[in-house]
Amino acid sequence: MIDILNILLTDSFWAASLRIATPLIFGVLGALICERSGTLNLGIEGIFVVGAMCGWMATWLGAGLWGGILVAFLCGAFFGLIHALLTVPLGLSQHVSGLGITLFATSVSYFTYRTALPDVSSPPRIEPFQPLDIPILSDLPFIGLVLFQQTALTWLALIMVLLVWYVLNRTNLGLAIKAVGDNPNSVDAQGLSVYAIRMWAIVIGSALMALGGAFLTMSAFDAFFFGMVNGRGWVCIALVIFASWRPGKALIGALLFGAFDALQVRLQTEMGALVPGQVFLMAPYVLSIAALVIAARSADYPRALLTPWYKGQR
Amino acid sequence: MEASTVLKLNGLAKRFGSILANDDVTIHLQKGEVLALLGENGAGKTTLMNMLFGHYLPDSGNIEIKSVNDDFVPLELGNPSAALTAGIGMVHQHFTLAENITAFENITLGAEPLFSLRRNQRKAEKKINNIMSNSGLEAPLDIPVGRLSVGERQRVEILKALYRDAHILVLDEPTAVLTPQEADALFSNLRRMTKQGLSVIFITHKMREVLSFSDRLVVLRHGKNVGSMETSNASEKKIARLMVGSETQKVFPKRITPGGPILSLNDISVAGRSKRDSLQNISLTLKSHEILGIAGISGNGQNVLADLISGLVLPDKGSILLKGVAIQNINPLNMIKLGFGRIPEDRHRQGIVGGLSVSENMVIERLDDPLIQNFGFLRSSVINDNAQTLSEKYDVRGPGIDQASRLLSGGNIQKLILARVFEQQPKIILANQPTRGLDMGAASDVQRHLIEARDRGGGVILISEDLDEILGLADRIVVMRDANLHDVNSSSREAIGLMMAGESV
Amino acid sequence: MIRIEPRAKVSNSSTIFIPIIAAIVSLLFAAIPIISAGANPLIAYVEMAKGVFGSVFAVSEMLTRATPLIFTGLAAAIAFRAKLWNIGAEGQLYLGAIAAVSVGSGFFDLPAIFLLPLIIVLGACAGAVGMVAPTYLKVRFGADEVVTTLLLNFIIIIFLQMLLEGPLQDPMGLGWPQSAPILDQGMFPPLIDRMRVHSGLILAVILAVIAHFMIKHSVWGFKLRAVGENSSAAKHAGININRSLFGVALLSGGLAGLAGVSEVAGLKGYLTADLSPGFGYAGIVVAMLAGLSPIGVLIASVFIASVFVGADSMSRAMGISSFLADLVVSVSLLCVLVGGFIAKFKIVRAGTGKKIL
Repeated sequence: MIDILNILLTDSFWAASLRIATPLIFGVLGALICERSGTLNLGIEGIFVVGAMCGWMATWLGAGLWGGILVAFLCGAFFGLIHALLTVPLGLSQHVSGLGITLFATSVSYFTYRTALPDVSSPPRIEPFQPLDIPILSDLPFIGLVLFQQTALTWLALIMVLLVWYVLNRTNLGLAIKAVGDNPNSVDAQGLSVYAIRMWAIVIGSALMALGGAFLTMSAFDAFFFGMVNGRGWVCIALVIFASWRPGKALIGALLFGAFDALQVRLQTEMGALVPGQVFLMAPYVLSIAALVIAARSADYPRALLTPWYKGQR
Repeated sequence: MEASTVLKLNGLAKRFGSILANDDVTIHLQKGEVLALLGENGAGKTTLMNMLFGHYLPDSGNIEIKSVNDDFVPLELGNPSAALTAGIGMVHQHFTLAENITAFENITLGAEPLFSLRRNQRKAEKKINNIMSNSGLEAPLDIPVGRLSVGERQRVEILKALYRDAHILVLDEPTAVLTPQEADALFSNLRRMTKQGLSVIFITHKMREVLSFSDRLVVLRHGKNVGSMETSNASEKKIARLMVGSETQKVFPKRITPGGPILSLNDISVAGRSKRDSLQNISLTLKSHEILGIAGISGNGQNVLADLISGLVLPDKGSILLKGVAIQNINPLNMIKLGFGRIPEDRHRQGIVGGLSVSENMVIERLDDPLIQNFGFLRSSVINDNAQTLSEKYDVRGPGIDQASRLLSGGNIQKLILARVFEQQPKIILANQPTRGLDMGAASDVQRHLIEARDRGGGVILISEDLDEILGLADRIVVMRDANLHDVNSSSREAIGLMMAGESV
Repeated sequence: MIRIEPRAKVSNSSTIFIPIIAAIVSLLFAAIPIISAGANPLIAYVEMAKGVFGSVFAVSEMLTRATPLIFTGLAAAIAFRAKLWNIGAEGQLYLGAIAAVSVGSGFFDLPAIFLLPLIIVLGACAGAVGMVAPTYLKVRFGADEVVTTLLLNFIIIIFLQMLLEGPLQDPMGLGWPQSAPILDQGMFPPLIDRMRVHSGLILAVILAVIAHFMIKHSVWGFKLRAVGENSSAAKHAGININRSLFGVALLSGGLAGLAGVSEVAGLKGYLTADLSPGFGYAGIVVAMLAGLSPIGVLIASVFIASVFVGADSMSRAMGISSFLADLVVSVSLLCVLVGGFIAKFKIVRAGTGKKIL
């Protein structure tokens, strides 16, 4: 117990938690926007891969780091658009379409990577995002390391939480997104386009997911590997439910998850002799299932989630 | 007269597959009048209004609306947003409200540009308060709509239309969910607004409302405008003749003296999330040779009561006695085996499995029966013969007994359910809104079967929000309100209406 | 503006034509990545065909690939029929494989007529166990089984790695994370001499036929279809939904477990953590292409297996990445989805009502 307490008191632990949480924050926000508008996006896992691959490759080809981020954003939006077309105007099964997008996006990314780099023994590297170095703030005790030595992408993720919260709760657009996920007829009867709102929500949500992927190759690491997303997308789907579709709670969920992951890595080094390391590796997935079960019967779910809506049929 | 016309529907027609829902319908609406649009179920009333509001695109015809400078301009068809801008507001039978957001948010949704940085809350609030005090329609604005009562939701719907400056208001079956007293209040509020220049079209099939509240009426039959008249010249007989083509006579056979009690609910409580899905200390006795009518506005616990008797819900307290013996295993299968026949409210959702064939649906409640199966394998020839016989006996028409049952029309689906239920000679029949949405022919078939079952010695529990149906069929009436049953001493319409509304008599 | 209207009648032939058209479109689509990789698509297609049908060996390889896909395809098809979204076939496959090597690699030294059936039964049971928790959590807490089964895939693979570095590790394996080999009498006998196609294929085909018959003609299948089509009506009619769901879940998990058994006891002989190149996920595509029909699963598995084997062989001949196969498979899934839409709905021009498609 003392060990855990010691770990919890170190600033490096909290810095790592926030770092691990960053891609999840992007992913949960993206999934949250999609689901708030009424569409489950199981394409998330594949869109993470696309973001990771495209962002990295664009940077490697000389687009610059922010150029890479833009490319990842657009590629995520593209795959989101496919999912949007299939599930919104065509009203196809959101489960199957999402899984199809994941398989498609993953294989496109892998094929492109392999085709561009046929035989390399060690993957090429880029110069990733560096920790911010803000003169006074970064030198502050504790929070200096935790908050002010993160990379710009972590800050972007935190800003996104605020932005998504603001849009959902303070603007007409957010109102329309919430209403369309709750009862599309309410939006249609007020003369707004159900299709347009839902499709844009999926496209933007997917683009955010891709940023989560891009963080992996452009900030956490500096190269692309096969299988590097490793279920992070699915974890986000569980976290959205845990967060009851609220941006603030989504941040908390991602941070809790990040903290747990950071803790298990540290416990592994201290207790590795007693327990097989895999027990710790399993923990995040078990935790996700637990989070899902705890929050499964939340009252304010988007009532039209998974239900397609066709114009002119009521 | 022409000078005060505000809206013209000219020769509108709409076809769905093989069904002609509207055929060359022309209607003119005057300023400040209340126009009732009457017709049987399926006569095309809702389709017509959905075309007016842009939900459906007419196959032919057009709509003209009076503009500010007094000339008629064509309305862009198939676009709800154009209808809104032109000042047409519609209150749908199934409310178009998002339940997770507040009434205020529902009302203002879409009224301001989507891409602005913030909402102008203050100004909107002022406008809504103004409308509320002018119209007399009050509703709480700042709690999620999911927590409002049905009456409140309807007022929010109307406020929504008025907020968008509607001067033509369309109401689709506005009183279906209201008590007679609530309905009266609604109409007097509407009257107040028509004096201020609002024009109202309301869709209904209730004669009483038409005669008491409208200025003029238009009758649709099989999608056609078959006649319009000033309400002052109309009578029930005249209207009925127009609606069904000939005068209807509702003849209910004379009553038989009930026998001994066969089913009793003893002080039963079910705790639900709200009053809509709870029962509080309910006791009820059903006798043989009896139709017990349960009147009440929907959403007062009728569905829990139905689920309880169907075996879908377990009582938290109390017991169900069948001929004096408490039922131990309350589950749907056991209830079927004990001789309960259940006609569910939502036939598509609970009555049939749409993807299974007609013949499969006819045996779905008796899969344990050795006549149907051999060692776990279906005897398809028996199943098909059974379906063939029952389809003829109960006049179930459709594309074939081996086809998916979802292809049947609503009336035929109900006949399929009747065949399945009544062929087992049930001792107790639960009929929950059995004629809702059916045309007169199918509805009278259903009523005939209920009466036959009663005459055979069964007990029937008839849950219906159609007071006329209850008054015509039931041997005894109780009123359901706020998750409770209340005995009725008088059989007058007014007294029952007051009980439904919660006043003590 | 266009508008979507349901077709009055869905033609019966569409269930056959849609998957075929989807398969063809996805193969044609492959030309885009092939060209972008700088190769001639016509030559590539010929190479693919040669790799699948060019020799008895090629056909044997293809059928070997199809065998686990039939099992995982059936697992998905049966579960999806009951609207139980089991996406965890990948994990359940490994559970089956773990059971197979646990009992098959010397724990019981039984003759073949006892050992192989024992391996099969225990493997299926292990796969079924993988569905217990997700189904319980769905029934009891309403937790979405898509997410729980997906996450379980990761948990099971980590669990497997733990076993392969611990109790299941082959003492003779020089420290590699792999299990001891299954005894010879525990292996599926090969169907053709010196070829890899094994009798697991026969088992798969038999199970597909049984599944087809059961779904169509048994009370159990009736209930499964009723629950999948409309669970509230099924419940109202006296069908025990939870029992049906659990039954389907166990069966689906068991079938996926058999995919692991057949891979490890039919092909590899020992277990490693990379036994399956995504057979569980490909099984979903197989099931969808098959229109959730067990007999269709047989055909769809052959198609998907051909794509994989053909792309592998083309990759060796022309140096195009074999990820092309995954690309074709995923596109075929999206195509069959869209095809299903076109069969059920028609697209009409809003103004005139004229039919476009």
